[in-house]
Amino acid sequence: MADQTLPIGGSIDVTLARPEARTALLEWLHGWVVTVDHKRLGILYIVYGIVFLLVGGVEALAIRLQLAWPDNHFLSPELYNEMFTMHGTTMVFLVGMTIVFGFANYLVPLMIGARDMAFPRLNAFSFWMTAFGGLLLYYSFIGGFGLYGMGAAPDVGWWAYAPLTAKAFSPGHATDYWALSLIVMGFGTLGTAINVIATTLSMRCKGMTLMRMPLFVWLMLVVSALTLVTITPLTAAQIMLTIDRYLGGHFFDTQAGGSAVVWMHFFWIFGHPEVYVLVLPAFGIASEVIPVFSRKAIFGYPAMVAASVGIAFVSLGVWAHHMFTVGMTSVGNTFFVLSTMLVGIPTGIKIFNWVATVWGGKIRFKTPMLFALAFVFQFLIAGLTGIMLSVAPWDWQLHNSYFVIAHFHYVLVGAIVFNIFAGIYYWYPKATGRMLSETLGKWHFWLFLIGFHITFDTMHYVGFLGMPRSIYTYEPDRGWNHLNLIISLGGLIQGIAVLIFAWNLIHSYLRGKRAGNDPWDAWTLEWSAPSPPPAYNFATDPEVHSRRPLWDLKHPEDPDWKYE
Amino acid sequence: MSAIPFSSAAEPWILPSRGRVAMLSLIIGESAIFTIFVVAYLYYIGKSLSGPTPQQVLEIPLFNTVCLLSSSITIWLAERQIERGNMRRFTAWWALTMALGCIFIAGTAVEWHKLIYLDGLTIHTNLFGTTFYSLVGLHATHVVVGLCMLGLVLIFSLTGHVTEANSERIQVLALYWHFVDGVWVVVFTVVYILGR
Amino acid sequence: MRLTIRCHGARKIRQTLLSVISLAAPFIGPALWADTSNRIPSLFAPESTPAHSIFGLSMFVLTITGGIFLVVGGLLAFAIVRFRGRDNDSSEPPQIYGSTQVELAWTVIPILIVVVLFLTTARIIFAIQDAPKPKDSLDVTVVGHQFWWEFRYPKLGIVTANELHVPVGRATWLHLLSADVDHSFWVPQLAGKTDLIPNHPNDTWIQPDRPGLYVGQCAQFCGVEHAKMLLRVYVDTPEQFAAWVKNQQQPGVQDPSVAEGRHIFETEACTNCHTITGTGARGTFGPDLTHLMSRDTLAAGATLNTRQNLYAWIESPDHMKPGVLMPAMQLSDAQIDQLVAYLNTLH
Ligand code: HEA
Ligand code: HEA
Ligand code: HEC
Ligand code: CUA
Ligand SMILES: [Cu+2]
Repeated sequence: MADQTLPIGGSIDVTLARPEARTALLEWLHGWVVTVDHKRLGILYIVYGIVFLLVGGVEALAIRLQLAWPDNHFLSPELYNEMFTMHGTTMVFLVGMTIVFGFANYLVPLMIGARDMAFPRLNAFSFWMTAFGGLLLYYSFIGGFGLYGMGAAPDVGWWAYAPLTAKAFSPGHATDYWALSLIVMGFGTLGTAINVIATTLSMRCKGMTLMRMPLFVWLMLVVSALTLVTITPLTAAQIMLTIDRYLGGHFFDTQAGGSAVVWMHFFWIFGHPEVYVLVLPAFGIASEVIPVFSRKAIFGYPAMVAASVGIAFVSLGVWAHHMFTVGMTSVGNTFFVLSTMLVGIPTGIKIFNWVATVWGGKIRFKTPMLFALAFVFQFLIAGLTGIMLSVAPWDWQLHNSYFVIAHFHYVLVGAIVFNIFAGIYYWYPKATGRMLSETLGKWHFWLFLIGFHITFDTMHYVGFLGMPRSIYTYEPDRGWNHLNLIISLGGLIQGIAVLIFAWNLIHSYLRGKRAGNDPWDAWTLEWSAPSPPPAYNFATDPEVHSRRPLWDLKHPEDPDWKYE
Repeated sequence: MSAIPFSSAAEPWILPSRGRVAMLSLIIGESAIFTIFVVAYLYYIGKSLSGPTPQQVLEIPLFNTVCLLSSSITIWLAERQIERGNMRRFTAWWALTMALGCIFIAGTAVEWHKLIYLDGLTIHTNLFGTTFYSLVGLHATHVVVGLCMLGLVLIFSLTGHVTEANSERIQVLALYWHFVDGVWVVVFTVVYILGR
Repeated sequence: MRLTIRCHGARKIRQTLLSVISLAAPFIGPALWADTSNRIPSLFAPESTPAHSIFGLSMFVLTITGGIFLVVGGLLAFAIVRFRGRDNDSSEPPQIYGSTQVELAWTVIPILIVVVLFLTTARIIFAIQDAPKPKDSLDVTVVGHQFWWEFRYPKLGIVTANELHVPVGRATWLHLLSADVDHSFWVPQLAGKTDLIPNHPNDTWIQPDRPGLYVGQCAQFCGVEHAKMLLRVYVDTPEQFAAWVKNQQQPGVQDPSVAEGRHIFETEACTNCHTITGTGARGTFGPDLTHLMSRDTLAAGATLNTRQNLYAWIESPDHMKPGVLMPAMQLSDAQIDQLVAYLNTLH
């Protein structure tokens, strides 16, 4: 699109060559450490997240190797328990949260035509808090002091049910590192959420009314609002746990009248909305990618916004569907069945709208689109298995079985990781000025898709056959042996795909095709800035008149604002 | 480009102040933290396996409460003064607010001293102790943080660095103080009325 | 190597076959899997009243969700194939921004589906959870320990561990307690799981309709050896059950030929943790050993109850079940021999 002359500030007059081309390594590093630029922080978040995706993935592979056949001795029981706890904690907090907020940091100001976040220094502070929290968590491998004076990572599961976390059952400091790191990361996340809210509400460029914001921005606004009231309960619960462990408190001390069930409630009051905090930005990415590659405006924008807000609200009242087996009253169980099923309605609206967006379009099967389409398909299945779990009596069977593991990997990997990949393929050209290789991208996509299905489809099935989660080994006579081997092989294939992806990131950074401002012929404001955008994003403040400002410019005969 | 018919100067483009938005967001988040502690407190009322019980040891801190709540009024008066540019009156009301806050904290210290040394109630004595010190302590921590920030402003205004132009930020800070006071109403009701 | 096909005995062959089928299982579908072998704790082979109702409900839900999947997935697949862009066509398709009628339709239909799902589910919840307790039901108190099960039959005066015996056809009411952390009682073919939580007693029930052995295991992560906290439920015919009860009610066998072993047991620390009725051993930290030999497995299914395994267990429990809460007692080989000889008399 070389001949575009966009009057929206930025693209014509900004061709500043980067003067810092050959500075010393140290200075370059220093630049990244002290940066308060939302784009650099966004990249830092995402790189940090990808590194931990590899770490968490290696932990997953260790888990799968151990479970490949019964009575395996690859990992000791203690190490296995550490592995799945660290895998879950890492993937949720250090991969999901960081990448999601990385995208928010990078994209929200660009998409709403602002020059930076509302509070750039708070932004940097939040990132470094999160980064520090992650290091604290992993330091436990060295400094945790397990039972025998060895380093020990936390081994209580990512839900860390009391009273297993009490000093009596978890001596040493591993659990303390876990609690502290989550408190620290919690403050970081809170800071970012506040920042995103302030940015979207107070920094929008002229003409960017709320109902003209790109859906990604809307979803980040909803997610940040949700974060305010979900991360904080976790922080509160962790403070209580720390009081119990360090000051001898009794919140969750069942010997002194404390309650184990109260912890479960507090954890899931956080934990359930948390999964929507992760998935909503993924929805946002899909809602940007799918229209562009179908060449159609998103179908039912107002309904999409309303559904997102609806999902966020309802998700605050469903947490106890993780607790159908702890012995709530039948009325309590029934209530949470209903509230959980209700989430299906707004979510259904979203799925239907994506399908309707594709319908009647002219689909371009570029790598981002492949990942996004696979996401819709997989999320449909994952949502339906969620509905199965929400049927309380059936959940009495399925709870803590591999069926649950399958359900949530279908969402966490099949929806979130797939969309993260879609987002990276889509915006990498913007952030680096280079295209990712399509060939490697297709290899990555197909291998990951195949590996994903081999692993996680099969998991549903061992779940039906009664295999519980969190077990480091199993009996050979239960009919689970071959299924587990298949699952593990699928994990390996996913591993290869992820390595291809990592290679693509590095290779294309150095050798990739130049991207230009707008390689996908897209419609939102970020594509009017140069790739990569200068520190100030836009030379002049942009002004918009519809949801797709660049569409209006490219199609002056048929602009969007006539229809909205 | 000619295709865009709007004249850009048509409507004014006004957005909410980011400071206010951020402070309100923070307050929502903080409220969630307090909610969890309050719920825990309510749930554990009467569940301690050993004494002392709240009835035996807690006294209603009426004076403290009056001080803290009236500090919300004095800070509001200070806000009005800075809007009008009366910097001296502003400083006076601001200082009074701080003084009231300090009285509150001192009162809490006296109460805790009595509980710990006379009644032998510590955070690990029983569930009551655990929940009491956590909830009241969480609130007290917020008061202390608030006092530190009020103190900074006081220093700046004494040295003449605060002017009418800062009134927006001062009001954002005051919002926090109102929140801390508001939470005390909840904590007070839960701990000293429902819990006793 | 577990992967090589072993062929001792018909059962092994059948199991190998089953495993091979299981390769294809995800594609064949769950129904075929039902009642193949009762060592597979499959949700689709229910053998007890609550498990049957759950199974029925689950088939209903599976049908509805399967239908939704076919419709929505089909539409998506169709759209992807039908609306793929051509390489040489760079024109834009017509822009459609939404449609109130269509959107209303796909909001209302899911609401109706949810109503149906919810009502069916609620009925089963009340039917199972609030089922009245029959007069003739058997009461068992289950206590979860790190990492074994204690079963008490308060009305029969029996205490045993890890292997639950219940009569066929009659309801058994289980009162669930925990001595330390959270556990969960799960035998898929008999009922859904219910957690054992300290300070929070729960109840559940089963009513098996076919005698046999049903396996399950602890389903709530409870520490290092959570994986080896296995459960076996023997559903006995009334006669078998009566005979079992009669045997369990006897005090521990006193066989003079193994007096030395018994002496070692009573003078080493074993008595601190284990009970053998008729002796001074009153410990309750570990399983009751009065009728150890009536059990098929040791240490919550960690191994079969054979002489060698018993020897190995006492010599070093940690070796068999790393992280277990029973210490190695540092006994000499001869002492262990005598101990094992003694324990072997405890039928
Ligand atoms: C991003 C993550 C994510 C998302 C989006 C979801 C979405 C949903 N989840 Fe999931 N879930 C997890 C992550 C997620 N979950 C995790 C991590 C756990 C386990 C935690 C742990 O124990 O470690 C878990 C566990 C979990 C449980 C507890 C299982 C157990 O431990 O026993 C339940 C039970 O109800 C549940 C239900 C649901 C439901 C109903 C949805 C719904 O939102 C799905 C809605 C979507 C649809 C329904 C499909 C589209 C709709 C239509 C096509 C319309 C028509 C449909 C109908 C009318 C039904 N989930
Ligand atoms: C976003 C979240 C996320 C993601 C992406 C994943 C990804 C994967 N998970 Fe994850 N998982 C969780 C979140 C996630 N998981 C959570 C929350 C739990 C619950 C924890 C708990 O119970 O406490 C869990 C638990 C869990 C279990 C259950 C453990 C148990 O209960 O005993 C299993 C078992 O198979 C598993 C497997 C996998 C596999 C095979 C992948 C694969 O998709 C991974 C694919 C990626 C790779 C394979 C990376 C490849 C990288 C390399 C090969 C790099 C090597 C090179 C360098 C280091 C430079 N996971
Ligand atoms: C510190 C407490 C402790 C001591 C001392 C102890 N045990 Fe144990 N024992 C246990 C526990 C706990 C278990 C259950 C382990 C498990 O399954 O996780 C157990 C299990 C067993 C079992 C298996 C029981 C079954 O039902 O499967 C046998 C047999 C046994 N112990 C024998 C002994 C003997 C013999 C001694 C003395 C030499 C001894 N124990 C000393 C705690 C103890
Ligand atoms: Cu007991 Cu897991
Ligand atoms: Cu949930």
